[in-house]
Amino acid sequence: MVATQAASASPAPHSPPATTKVSARKVNLWYGEKQALFDVELDVYENEVTAFIGPSGCGKSTFLRCLNRMNDTIAICRIQGDIRLDGQDIYDKGIDVVQLRARVGMVFQKPNPFPKSIYDNVAYGPRIHGLAANKAELDEIVETSLRGAALWNEVADRLDQPGLGLSGGQQQRLCIARAIAVSPEVILMDEPCSALDPIATAHVEELIEELRDRYTIIIVTHNMQQAARVSQRTAFFHLGKLIELSPTDRIFTSPEHQMTQDYITGRFG
Amino acid sequence: MSQTFIIPFLLLLAAIGYWLGRQRALALHDGTASGGLATLPQYYGYYVALIAGLPAFVLFIAGLLFQGSIIDSLLLGSLPSEMTTDITSAERNLLLSSIRNAAQGTTFGTPEPAILAAAESLNTYRLIVNGAVVALVMALAIAGLTWARGRIAPKFRARHRVEAIIFGLMVLCSLIAILTTLGILVSLVFESLRFFARVPVTEFLFGTKWDPQIAIRADQVGGSGAFGAVPIFWGTIVVSLCAMCVAVPVGLLAAIYTAEYATPLAWGTIKPILEVLAGIPTIVYGFFAVITVSPFLRDLAASLGIEMAPTAAIVAGGVMGIMLIPFISSFADDALNAVPRSLRDGAAALGATKSETIRQVLLPAALPGIMGGVLLALSRAIGETMIVVMAAGLTANLTLNPLEGVTTTTVQIVALLTGDTEFDSPKTLAAFGLGLVLFTATLLLNILALGIVKKYREQYD
Repeated sequence: MVATQAASASPAPHSPPATTKVSARKVNLWYGEKQALFDVELDVYENEVTAFIGPSGCGKSTFLRCLNRMNDTIAICRIQGDIRLDGQDIYDKGIDVVQLRARVGMVFQKPNPFPKSIYDNVAYGPRIHGLAANKAELDEIVETSLRGAALWNEVADRLDQPGLGLSGGQQQRLCIARAIAVSPEVILMDEPCSALDPIATAHVEELIEELRDRYTIIIVTHNMQQAARVSQRTAFFHLGKLIELSPTDRIFTSPEHQMTQDYITGRFG
Repeated sequence: MSQTFIIPFLLLLAAIGYWLGRQRALALHDGTASGGLATLPQYYGYYVALIAGLPAFVLFIAGLLFQGSIIDSLLLGSLPSEMTTDITSAERNLLLSSIRNAAQGTTFGTPEPAILAAAESLNTYRLIVNGAVVALVMALAIAGLTWARGRIAPKFRARHRVEAIIFGLMVLCSLIAILTTLGILVSLVFESLRFFARVPVTEFLFGTKWDPQIAIRADQVGGSGAFGAVPIFWGTIVVSLCAMCVAVPVGLLAAIYTAEYATPLAWGTIKPILEVLAGIPTIVYGFFAVITVSPFLRDLAASLGIEMAPTAAIVAGGVMGIMLIPFISSFADDALNAVPRSLRDGAAALGATKSETIRQVLLPAALPGIMGGVLLALSRAIGETMIVVMAAGLTANLTLNPLEGVTTTTVQIVALLTGDTEFDSPKTLAAFGLGLVLFTATLLLNILALGIVKKYREQYD
């Protein structure tokens, strides 16, 4: 198997031994007749940032969307294999997809705040899942989430203003606040900075670093410097196959696979 | 004499102009890639064709409009001056029609010899004036063709000229629509002013007694003429509200189904049927209201022990609501489909169910578009005529009860203007006052609705 989940890939020295949060085995996926993922196998460790890199159309976003079953909304999409969250099969018939998505949050490529106030955007998830018993608790969740997304200081005095009135970077942090408001265990980020300017990107990257303490984060990115900056481990996808998954410092200095080497040094992709 | 042969003549001339212009441009072609010409050869052709055809066509239309009055003044000029000095316009028209009648051989009694003489010369005048128009148009067309062809030179930018002419034509066409609307408004305002000169505006807008019949003879009983239009506006509002009560919920739910739940097969079946519903003539809805809905509802009400008037507001309003369902559902469907996919994904990723997503994210996001559709539907309900003429009553009735008969603005206008009418009694003129209010109300609603829809579009595009 190419994607050797090297047992020797020890985490950074200061970290406690990693526990597996998400594990995927033999994941195959088809859009209609076209196969988009081939036997993807990987493990994601708790409280780590795992980056997915690879050229466009390599299946990294598709795989990401398998982890919270967002592909369910695409009628022609068919998936096979075994994906487990804390050892529990998320494609099991007994799994409520609504509950799953409360545990696995997602931030999208383009900021997509709802056309509601800043407050209501963040309060949306807690409300539908009944996480707050009263207004005071809800206020607290909103404040904690906005603080967690490093947005509180900028919006505290205008929570009733529309979320769409914020700048692009603020909107994306609002979406992150919205995602963490339901206290997920895993946060999936699908190219969260590709629509942002460099300063907003720096804000979001700092935030990802902070969020790592409390959440398991999986981030898809086109930007290899970003993967190098924010992630502990990096997975390289190519043509629907997982080529390599290694600690980030190793994959960017001495990749095991020639193809990874070629991609990182800019020979294709 | 028919002058319509001038149209094919102008078309033929334009075709010839196109050919000549293009040939001339090709003759100037110097063999290089661009040919040394400022534009492609066919634009020289279009230019000549347009210059030859357009001004002549405009002159022809103007000639058709004015040749009648030219002939009239020629006829009057031929009469002895004592017959034409100091006459009112009505007398003048009478004089002219008696001349025309005499020319056709239908005479009453013995016409004056001067009239007979004028009738004799009428045909001559017609021949001269019509002939002059035709000759002028032809001359202008040929002159235009020659002049335009003469201007063709390698440096002449025919494409710019052609585009400028087409641009002008498009502006003209849109102006025609706008000016016509303005014209309608002005004529409405003038007639209404005549009405308000006899009935005070305040009485019309705030009075609560509507009885437009006026005694023609002094000894006639009743019909003192009261023009308080509040009951009529009230009736219009009640019927429109009944219509909206049917159309908004049904249309909205239908739209949510077609936009969010329907399989492609169901969508492909339901959507065209809804659109067919929108194309049914309103008078057919009127039959349906009178023949089917009214007796059905009356029997239903009777079995519940409630009394219902045959012309109840609920009948006309309900059927009008059915008519408006496709209108609202198509607007709401568009608005829902315009909500970006990213918002659906965002809600789904937070663990929202489909119905939560629709209720809490999609509907609020689509609300401005839906509201625009509802307001446009409301303005159609207020202006709708055929259904209420057939199914609503004639008696003005100040009531909120949808089971009682009411009358609407459009019904009253129809009632006031049908039959023998004289256009200087307040009864007839009241129709224009009502029309003005109707026009203003629907105009304001439409402006409001379009404003909302526009603001909404800016948000997501």
